[in-house]
Amino acid sequence: MTIVKYRKIFYTFSTILILASIFSIFFWGLNPSIDFAGGSLLDVSFTGNKPTNDEASQVLKDLDFKDASVRSSGEGYIIRLKEISQTEKDSIVAGLSFDGQYLPTEKTFSTIGPVLGKEAIQKSLISIFLVLLAIVLFIAFAFRKVSRPISSWVYGIVTVLALLHDVLVPTGVFAILGHFYGFEVDTLFVTALLVILGFSVHDTIVVFDRVRENLHKNEDHGGKKDFETIVGESINETFVRSINTSLTVLLAVLVLYIFGPETIKNFTLALLIGIFIGTYSSIFIGSTLLVTINNWKNK
Amino acid sequence: MAKYRFWAIIIVAIAVVLGFFVWNTEKADSSRKFKLGLDLSGGTHLVYKADTSQIASGDISSAMESLRDTIERRINLFGVSEPIIQVEQGGVFGSDNTEQRLIVELPGVTDVNEAIKRIGETPILEFKLLSKESEAKINAGDATIDATDSTGMFLETGLTGRMLQKASIQFDQNFAGKPIIGLKFNEEGSQLFAKITRENVGSVLGIFLDGNLVEAPYIREEISGGEAVITGDFTADGAKQVVRDLNYGALPMPISLISTETIGATLGDKAVNDSFRAGLYAFAVVALFLIIWYRFQGFVAVLALAIYTIINLVLFKLIPVTLTAAGIAGFILSIGMAVDANILIFERTKEELKRGKNRYDALKEGFHRAWSSIRDSNSSSIITAVILYYFASTPVIKGFALVFLIGVLVSMFSAITASRTILFALSKEE
Repeated sequence: MTIVKYRKIFYTFSTILILASIFSIFFWGLNPSIDFAGGSLLDVSFTGNKPTNDEASQVLKDLDFKDASVRSSGEGYIIRLKEISQTEKDSIVAGLSFDGQYLPTEKTFSTIGPVLGKEAIQKSLISIFLVLLAIVLFIAFAFRKVSRPISSWVYGIVTVLALLHDVLVPTGVFAILGHFYGFEVDTLFVTALLVILGFSVHDTIVVFDRVRENLHKNEDHGGKKDFETIVGESINETFVRSINTSLTVLLAVLVLYIFGPETIKNFTLALLIGIFIGTYSSIFIGSTLLVTINNWKNK
Repeated sequence: MAKYRFWAIIIVAIAVVLGFFVWNTEKADSSRKFKLGLDLSGGTHLVYKADTSQIASGDISSAMESLRDTIERRINLFGVSEPIIQVEQGGVFGSDNTEQRLIVELPGVTDVNEAIKRIGETPILEFKLLSKESEAKINAGDATIDATDSTGMFLETGLTGRMLQKASIQFDQNFAGKPIIGLKFNEEGSQLFAKITRENVGSVLGIFLDGNLVEAPYIREEISGGEAVITGDFTADGAKQVVRDLNYGALPMPISLISTETIGATLGDKAVNDSFRAGLYAFAVVALFLIIWYRFQGFVAVLALAIYTIINLVLFKLIPVTLTAAGIAGFILSIGMAVDANILIFERTKEELKRGKNRYDALKEGFHRAWSSIRDSNSSSIITAVILYYFASTPVIKGFALVFLIGVLVSMFSAITASRTILFALSKEE
């Protein structure tokens, strides 16, 4: 009951989170990776000593590559620049050896043409939109037999509101990380968002499913309880389960973040944030919104 | 109860056999080893754009197929193990962009220059007519035909290496024993060649290899029968190379590289180790949590989870699924999520027990009631995975979506079979 009763606190908290996220997204923007923006990315590591960042940047300047960014990455540097050819790349790696003073090895080199980048953006947006649409339709369908006191469409729309919340927050966090630490968003980040959508709706559905069941039960018993009570009870009954499932998933992702391969660190970080926020929203926001909407209707 | 015990033993036995299969097929010479994506095995991923402007729109898909086959033959010639060569259409539905692309994945090849050369070396053979104005200029002495830079002076005829049936090396006394290259066109090529020569008697027909003019003979008469010779200044080796390249791969159209990605092998090895370790730790942490929180039931869940993991690994091998770092992450994520079905059942069973039901009835009710939650919540993940799979812009994401989808499906399956049977088998009759 307590959760439904204090829902205004959670609403306020979430509103602040969302506003902060929207602010950082619009104010600082997201750093698109070459997946989206096109260009080349060269990851060079050094055996033994490595040149300083300034030295490395100077090499690029001498070779006349403008707008190249050089980022330190433990054993070497990650260099991002406009689309370059294989030979140009070879000249950079050669330049970084400073005539044999250092031993650079090329770890990865990727080049993505601008057309592919644009296409990746389109595909990402379409998949996010389709997932949201499919989820509303699915929930409206799955809960079609529940029409009292609120229609099954409301369940669908509330779910999507909660989902938007879950997607906005990690995006906002990445905008902040992007601004201060140079984090980039790539196609894997979008994948993480979609997984978050799937997971969060998973959670929301479990609570809704209990609301659905308790509504039926209540009808069988003559319908004495009001909607608010039923939703409150449903949240309480599924509380342990929601926390435990999310905890196991969070534990798994946390382990992955700590021990997993370097290349997917940002991906797992986005998942961690999103799943955490997703669990919060399905317990504290999704179901309580049902009550709020029902109260509006009754006014 | 005896029935459940019997099935529980069967399930565990099958799992053990499958587990052995997974372990046994990881030996060095097995053909059923896990298939690793380029980010784990190291290698090169190339995306080519095909220039289809010279090809009638109806013929594009067959031309692309022939491009694919040609490049595949070419790559196989150099012994890259298990290359992947796919035709892909660019753009998203509804957009006008119908760019044709060729995706080439070369595991183990990290020398991109070499790889690109192997593919790009394939000659493009073109026959072009000298334009009237250029001819006039040459006659007036204002221009000469230059081997490397005369493309602008010639006009497309539509006759290309695509219409070639066979190229062969010939030695002709008339050319002082120098090698010449004999060309045999297919039917379409023969007709076109006859038509061009018939209509342009007296003109110069330029023969271009890779955009370079090799020879520019005068057309003396109509040539029917679809045969021609190139009498460039070839050495024996040079001619042999051109003939082989023409036979193995006269590309039906020019291609240009639009994206490359190379992953060093050491990086891949580290990623494999990290992923494996992360998977193991994640399983251990989740198992520990389950046993601490749910005690006996948790132990059953861990057993079910182990079965779940084994089924997944077997499927990865049998389908086979190409595993990438993100794919393995998806699998580890799905381990966490697979627990969900079990937790739903346990929590529900606990509630039923509190209502005073006996263990068996509570379990039965727990399964029954939890099922709608399990079904509905997993459906949403399945929807996500399917959409992700179809709109994946990179193979990495496709791989992730597939692993995630299999994970969700198997988790539903193992919850209603393995968990259920084992729990019933171990619950005492009352």
